[in-house]
Amino acid sequence: MTPRVSKWGDRIFLFLLLCATASVVLLVVLLVAGLFYGAGPAIHQLGLSYITGYYWNPEYGVYGLIPAIEGTLVTSAIALLIAVPLGLGAAIFLTQQAPAWLRAPVGQLIELLAAIPSVVYGFWGLIVLAPLMRNDVEPVLVKYLGWTGLFTSTPVGLDVLTASLVLSVMAIPTITAISRDSIAAVPRSQKEAALAIGATDWEVTRRAVVPYARSGIVAGAVLGLGRALGETMAVYFVIGNRTATFTSLIAQGQTIPSLIANVFLESDTPLERPALLYAGLVLLAITLAINIVARFVLSRSQVGRGAAAE
Amino acid sequence: MKFDRPVRRKVFSHGMTVLTGLAVLVIMIPLASVVYQVVLLGSPVMNVAFFTQQIPQACGRGPGSVCHQGGVIVPIEGTLELIGLSSLFSVPIGVGAAIFAVEYGRERRFARFIGMTADVLSGVPSIIAGCFTWALFLFYDPAIAFSTLDAALALSVLMVPIVTRTTEEALRTVPNSVREAAMALGISKWKMSLRITFVAALPGVITGILLAIARSAGEAAPLLIAGGFACIHPLQGITQETCALPLWIWFGANSPNPNFIALAWGCALLLLLLILAMSVLSRFVLNRMARKMRGE
Repeated sequence: MTPRVSKWGDRIFLFLLLCATASVVLLVVLLVAGLFYGAGPAIHQLGLSYITGYYWNPEYGVYGLIPAIEGTLVTSAIALLIAVPLGLGAAIFLTQQAPAWLRAPVGQLIELLAAIPSVVYGFWGLIVLAPLMRNDVEPVLVKYLGWTGLFTSTPVGLDVLTASLVLSVMAIPTITAISRDSIAAVPRSQKEAALAIGATDWEVTRRAVVPYARSGIVAGAVLGLGRALGETMAVYFVIGNRTATFTSLIAQGQTIPSLIANVFLESDTPLERPALLYAGLVLLAITLAINIVARFVLSRSQVGRGAAAE
Repeated sequence: MKFDRPVRRKVFSHGMTVLTGLAVLVIMIPLASVVYQVVLLGSPVMNVAFFTQQIPQACGRGPGSVCHQGGVIVPIEGTLELIGLSSLFSVPIGVGAAIFAVEYGRERRFARFIGMTADVLSGVPSIIAGCFTWALFLFYDPAIAFSTLDAALALSVLMVPIVTRTTEEALRTVPNSVREAAMALGISKWKMSLRITFVAALPGVITGILLAIARSAGEAAPLLIAGGFACIHPLQGITQETCALPLWIWFGANSPNPNFIALAWGCALLLLLLILAMSVLSRFVLNRMARKMRGE
């Protein structure tokens, strides 16, 4: 052994590793600090009235985030309403019901959905989905569901509903992947016990498997929500980009990310970009809160699983 | 549980199987539609010119103006440049932090803290990463706030958590007995970390890097905020505004010029193929590792 040499080697190596580790931690700190720095002028001049304002008119120095916040929450909520049943259904099919030869290829196809870039989804939504919604789907919705008050405007195709649909497609792979993993981790004994007392396949799933994997399923849904909230390009192309409070599912709207993408590059008034970064801070706060909730639920489920295995 | 009416329950059970199967079919519809559309409109422009020529001037304006297809060599170069730069930033940081967490962070609390930090980063929306590096460069030097360098940094913010997480997982699969055996032979810890455990985990690490590249290569939003948009030939320096495949898709989709739109579909197809190639490659690397582990 050559203690002197290895000692220095160890020190240098450890120093480099510490630099890398510090960079990761620093990145998070800088991220928040940088956004605050960039948004500084807007925070200073607009204050909290920005978050409660309704209008966006840079020429008069009027900035309000309510329409974008509303649009973000509404589109993500609808996306989740569509994506959770489909994603969970697919996860149950892939773990409980599908024949073994079908599981891997179908699972990979669903994962492929996550690999398609969001700008491609946006382009597809603009060319394929929006005309379909305008000409075929939305007139039917207006005719038969008009009484609900949710479909009160003229169908345009580029609207909140179309954006929600695209978002649901993008949230599904996350929901399916995490639900599938947590369902697959349910101990066999749990299923066998239910089968032994005469439950049908579905009753095993419904009463023995899904409740056991519940927290993993919830975490998957929440992570899917996080993905939908921050999605930019796919929404930008199909939501119509209009600053207006929510009136109808088939009216144009905007979300916080689509607002930033729509305005940022062309912006020429001094306060507008800081205002957009301020919007970014609001979005970051929402998504981080949601992600932390999801990780917490997920870690609790793993703790529970570990305890059950022991 | 109530167990009466067995026939009804059995039928209901089969009905639910059909229903969940239907859910899978419904999910396949948008996938099929996107792939079909991209291949249908993207493949006609995929010729030699597509890969070698620059984007043509807006054609069809004056009478008798010749409209040639042109190509997207500049966006391709831009994407390769962005992949290279962002990997250069994110791989050493991500791999280093993961080695530290696994080999030196034996106190589990610290290792978990690094993992949590990576999780927080992975939850950051891509457009926020762009806003962040734009603000950072605004502070440092406003002249290069819209630049390839800035955009590459934004992409590396998205890549770091993926690289960190996958490297960590790959290192954890290396059994502790290997570490103990190495240390017992008197090797120093840094050599053990680098030449034994890291080498053993290398296929997993490469998979993580490929995944991170696949994810960041398709991002348009952070490029738009941090990189600006300038698809000029020849490719501008890294302190100038950027150009990339997803940016051209964004531009083409917003453009009324049918030639630009056709090129954008070509870019979409190329991007899909690139991402698919990355995932096939990573699977190949992992399979080879598995075979090696079995000693074949």
